[in-house]
Amino acid sequence: MIKGINRYVVGNSLMAMSIHLFLIVVATTCLFPLFWMVRSSFMSDDTIFVDKSLIPRVLHPENFYVAWTQGSFGVYFFNSVWYTFWTVLGIVIIASLAAYAISRLEFPGKNFIFTMFLAAMMIPLPGSFVPLYVLMNKLGLINSRIGYIFCMINVGLSVSIYILKTFFDKMPTALEDAARIDGCSRLGIWRHVALPLAKPAIAVIVIFQSLNVWNEYILATLLLNDKALMPLQRGLVVFQGTYSVDYHLLMAGLTITAAPIILIYLLMQKHIIKGLSSGAVVG
Amino acid sequence: MSQPIPKSLALHKFQYYLGSFLFVLPALAIFMIFYIYPFYKTFHLAFHEWNGIDIKQIFIGFENFSRLFQDQTWWVSVRNAAYITFIALTFQNALALALAMACDREIRLKRFYRVVFFIPPVLSETVVGLIWQWILISGTQNGQQIGLLNHFLEQIGLRSLVHNWLSDPKTVLTCIAVVHCWKGFGWGFLLMLAGLQTIDRQLYEAARVDGASAWSVFRHVTLPMMIPVFLMVVILTILGSMQVFVLLYVMVSSGLGDHTAIPVGRILAAMTGGDPQFGYACALAVVFGMLLVIVSVVFQWISKRLRQA
Repeated sequence: MIKGINRYVVGNSLMAMSIHLFLIVVATTCLFPLFWMVRSSFMSDDTIFVDKSLIPRVLHPENFYVAWTQGSFGVYFFNSVWYTFWTVLGIVIIASLAAYAISRLEFPGKNFIFTMFLAAMMIPLPGSFVPLYVLMNKLGLINSRIGYIFCMINVGLSVSIYILKTFFDKMPTALEDAARIDGCSRLGIWRHVALPLAKPAIAVIVIFQSLNVWNEYILATLLLNDKALMPLQRGLVVFQGTYSVDYHLLMAGLTITAAPIILIYLLMQKHIIKGLSSGAVVG
Repeated sequence: MSQPIPKSLALHKFQYYLGSFLFVLPALAIFMIFYIYPFYKTFHLAFHEWNGIDIKQIFIGFENFSRLFQDQTWWVSVRNAAYITFIALTFQNALALALAMACDREIRLKRFYRVVFFIPPVLSETVVGLIWQWILISGTQNGQQIGLLNHFLEQIGLRSLVHNWLSDPKTVLTCIAVVHCWKGFGWGFLLMLAGLQTIDRQLYEAARVDGASAWSVFRHVTLPMMIPVFLMVVILTILGSMQVFVLLYVMVSSGLGDHTAIPVGRILAAMTGGDPQFGYACALAVVFGMLLVIVSVVFQWISKRLRQA
């Protein structure tokens, strides 16, 4: 009897140990390349190809300064922040207006409009950058910040309308009714009642759309040829093409690009994981 | 409301509708200009020959499509994408499921793992591609391997495995597929973990009381409950993997001809090459888009059937 229990306990702890081992190996595989990127960004031109120590003896933090100034990563960084901020702000305002109207207000054709956004969300358009380039060219919006921002707003619009519409549908109407009786206009109700209540849904949209804009590459490549307008992702590839030997500076540029995303992710991970997991159950 | 006359009531109603409509107008305008018009234009241009500069777009009927069906490189690129997708579907999703099941219990550091596994998915393809290119790079300096992987293989005495990972046609696509899986498995992991956590613990208890083995619990409790989540992960994996491009592009910028041809890259190349063919690029996009739609519709149909069964 006791022997049996022992075997059970031993078997169980062996099982638990191998599970832990498995998880630790995968977690290391996730983290190590990032560590290697940061480590390589502190190397010098001479040592980067030969020195494979985990922590290099001499650190070169000035790489970041050189990458930021001579490598233009400062300009790219500012551009990325600019595009991300305006795109996300645009998406939140435009999508919440539309979602509020579709959920709460009456007008002919609203179901059709919602179905259209829904269909756009479902249908993959792998080559949409071709006609988009044609269109932007025609509108004279190549190499224009506004043009790129509008394209990116469009990318995130359908999903955001869907998320906000389902959120508004579940929200009780009592507060809005009270505001209406007090003589608040529809726009006023949207601004002062619906938007504040929709904060959790808006947080999900802000997080995911920020990631999306920050990480976008193809449209940035097609629409922005001027170095002064390029975001980080585009700048990285330009840098790789021009200075293919300067791996230490490229790694500094990669760190500059990845660090804000990782920081924001770590700060917001609760919301991100919750948002995704609830999305999984809905889907 | 204060006016009882029918005519002004109709006017009032019209004004109300108009006011409500103004809420969706910005979204609708952007949608029309940046989604509907390009959507229409893709189909339109697919039947034309156009270099992107001339005012004239020559109507050529189905010529782009018949050319496409004989385009060797295009179909090789579809096959390459299918290969990457196959590896993602099997290896990546098996890994994701194993990790999700490992984390679906009271285990130490569970939250840490959950946070760590989702770091690669939040990074951009550019960043991931360039980091891995740096690790997989081949070549020597002063008799030392430049790339970390080759250096490591040499250090542990596996010199025979040292390889030009990204410049050998035999290994390049597999390397890209593995990096793609590294970037993507966190998605599947999170979705599957969320799915597993919705399964009622009492079902497991009941199965164990009935003396079911671990395998039959998995086969008869976990698997049927997870079918909707699996199918969603499968659809997302297919759509994501078939459209891989940036990762591959930054890892092998000059490319290895047909060995690294990929559909999105072919569409881009038709449009930006020395002899720009916008019509042909659009025909490729139409065929590729329809392929993806058919695949996801088929899987959604299967999902519905399985859910009803």
